[in-house]
Amino acid sequence: MADINVRIEEFDVVIVGAGGAGLAAAVQTGLAGLKTAVISEVYPTRSHTVSAQGGINAALANMDEDYWIWHMYDTVKGGDYIGDQDAMEFFTKNAPKTIIELEHWGMPFSRTEKGTVYQRAFGGQTRNFGESLAHRACAVADRSGHAILHTLFERTLRSDIAPYVSYYSEYYALKLLMNEEGHAMGIVAWDMVNGGVHIFFSYAVIFATGGNTRNFRTNTNAHVNTGIGWTLCAKAGIPIKDPEFIQFHPTGIYGVGNLITEGVRGEGGYLLNAQGERFMKKYAPHVLDLASRDVVSRGMAQEIREGRGVGPKKDHILLKLDHLGHDFIMDKLPGIWELAYKFVGVDCTKDPIPVQPTAHYHMGGIPTNIYGEVIKWEGDKEVPIPGLYAAGECACASVHGANRLGCNSLLDLVITGKQSGISAAKWIREEKPVFPNPPEEYVADKYAKDVIDKLNELFDGPEGTVKMDEIWEDLRDTMQHNMSVFRIEEGIKKQLDIIDGYFEKFKNVGLTDKSKVFNTELVEYFDLESLLYVSKLETAAALNRTESRGAHYRDDYPERDDANWMKHTAAYLKEDGSVELDYKPVRTKPLTAPTFQPKKRVY
Amino acid sequence: MALNVGDKVVFKIFRYDPEKDKAPYYKDYEVTITRTGMMVLDGLNQIKWEQDPTLTYRRSCREGVCGSDGMNINGVNTVSCMSHIEDYDSNVLVIKPLPGFPIIKDLVCDFEDFFNKYYVVKPYLIEKTPPPGRERLQSIEDRNKLNGLYECILCGCCSSSCPSYWADPDYLGPSAMLNAARYVFDTRDEGSDERLDAVNNVHGVWRCHTILNCISACPKELNPTKAIANLQKEILKRKY
Repeated sequence: MADINVRIEEFDVVIVGAGGAGLAAAVQTGLAGLKTAVISEVYPTRSHTVSAQGGINAALANMDEDYWIWHMYDTVKGGDYIGDQDAMEFFTKNAPKTIIELEHWGMPFSRTEKGTVYQRAFGGQTRNFGESLAHRACAVADRSGHAILHTLFERTLRSDIAPYVSYYSEYYALKLLMNEEGHAMGIVAWDMVNGGVHIFFSYAVIFATGGNTRNFRTNTNAHVNTGIGWTLCAKAGIPIKDPEFIQFHPTGIYGVGNLITEGVRGEGGYLLNAQGERFMKKYAPHVLDLASRDVVSRGMAQEIREGRGVGPKKDHILLKLDHLGHDFIMDKLPGIWELAYKFVGVDCTKDPIPVQPTAHYHMGGIPTNIYGEVIKWEGDKEVPIPGLYAAGECACASVHGANRLGCNSLLDLVITGKQSGISAAKWIREEKPVFPNPPEEYVADKYAKDVIDKLNELFDGPEGTVKMDEIWEDLRDTMQHNMSVFRIEEGIKKQLDIIDGYFEKFKNVGLTDKSKVFNTELVEYFDLESLLYVSKLETAAALNRTESRGAHYRDDYPERDDANWMKHTAAYLKEDGSVELDYKPVRTKPLTAPTFQPKKRVY
Repeated sequence: MALNVGDKVVFKIFRYDPEKDKAPYYKDYEVTITRTGMMVLDGLNQIKWEQDPTLTYRRSCREGVCGSDGMNINGVNTVSCMSHIEDYDSNVLVIKPLPGFPIIKDLVCDFEDFFNKYYVVKPYLIEKTPPPGRERLQSIEDRNKLNGLYECILCGCCSSSCPSYWADPDYLGPSAMLNAARYVFDTRDEGSDERLDAVNNVHGVWRCHTILNCISACPKELNPTKAIANLQKEILKRKY
């Protein structure tokens, strides 16, 4: 038997993930004086928040008149009316003070002539309920994600927080521990550097594991975005809300998928088909290229489908921005200049960038309420799970409904991250729960036996007859083919069978690398397993939803169907590996604002 | 040297697994060019996924902003995800972990000392007066002073390329000091005195011998030597 070390530690709070949401939560638990462990597969500044470019929305009104209610309206409409409006109100109302707080913490925002925070236009953002374009995205050139991630990390290094927050970088979470009463009680993780199992017992667990679109051929995600938060929660019996809503960003770089910010279009860039036509005027006559992302991606995909795509394969679209001028591009969009130049050899001050709709973001996720508490449903009633919280992209409040607006994700991660930290601290301080550390001996045998058995099996077992790469490459192609911008019953059904086939194949995957020190093959094994579960949840939910809403478009059901489908999916992963679907009401009542009633979505 | 799809390039890679190897060694792998503009990271992935799953390296964003994959390629430190294979103009790429950093396994090194030095310079905004109700104002001109400083991705390429950093284990190094400058020259910051104190010693700004390796190593085209020189000037200005 492989000799697997086990270490046990106790914390008040364990945060899984050190991207923007995890760090925003750590700031709060640290300020509350709670002993906090932040465990992450990578160093905090390597988390994928770093790749966000365009900005973070808030009705600061630095460029022109703006109010949170306008921001809320855009968010409700952008989400195709299935978002939870209490969460959307909380989210948009708190946005301005969140930006101010980040500025106070040192975030190096670009500035206006007056010295205030610079804001740019972005897709789906309007003034006065759709009347004209809003400038709402607070930007740090086109490196807003990098700036926000570093600012939040730096905030945790200050002396009021640093003593309380311990970083466990390069630890990979493998199991969520729940006690018999259904309370969260900790995390079992793999120590990647030293090898060995590390059990973190805690009052509270906060998931902030980010996105998971590495299962698509072209995606904007980092290698680490494999949905481990979804998988651990789903395995613990927690449903995943709305997994079918996957955002395809209109402008991933053709062939490689790296993100080109919507800020390019916000600053005046536009899309062209093979005939040099600004085709978005057909799909969004009022705001053209600045319609919300689902609309633009579908427009592009439609052009390609009808033979007006660019290139020898007629499979992409051009993004023109050279008319903005060299100096402007180098000042406001230097990062995308570098990406286009490096990845496709295009100098975008002279030539257009080849782009295609690219898997980008999950609107759905671990179900939460506005307090960042993970909930379960008793009938239609939402009941918080004691000690369990989630924030950022892995969670679903749902502030994005069926389609997220650009620059609402950075806002989501700071606001829900902060709120989850505040809620965890409040629960521990006020409710004074009993610490879940089990007093009995052989703790590892009781709580981590399945994990240790699995690790032993991998380290002692054969190299396997199937290469992971074979499954992974195939998965990306088939998901791209069957679960993309346009979906149809036949394809989705086929994809479900295909995924079951991958699970069969996966049983024959083993490790070649038997070293316990920094075993990245082991990590990729769990990454792939997680992506198979994620794919299964997404596909099963997509098959059932026989309507088109937001990012979920069905060729066979092209209309939104409010009578039957104004409801959230709750997708449960059963022990036999099957997915069971249930449907739960949308929280249509905001906290104070009147409900925005569903209308036809026109941009 | 232009490479075409189908061409082969040899990756000669530093290998070391502390659990089984007595000493490090180099192993050759053949990488097939599968598309134009292929990056070194794509080559490493091809080896790991198709030939040898034991090959170990860090990677994440694959677009030069997360700083995970700093390594030494044909003698120059850089991030592998933004380095075109054909730009090396060679049939053989010698790939090593970042020089001067302790090695964990293959191309993965230990960043603990590097990060501890970063923490020494207090890389965060220090405020003495309470902030206003709205954002602090900062002119475009003042904000522009942070360009070339705030973009650091903490990849370690600069510090690991610096002979002074190799020779003096206590030297803070170009990365930590670039990050000190990022806050010293931020008009909103009120902690410059303590921050300058932290770098005003023989293991700080005065250890820099303007060898300039850091400049050619930085994958973000930042200039740590200039940042250090500006810190030196600022220290002298405040003293005299």
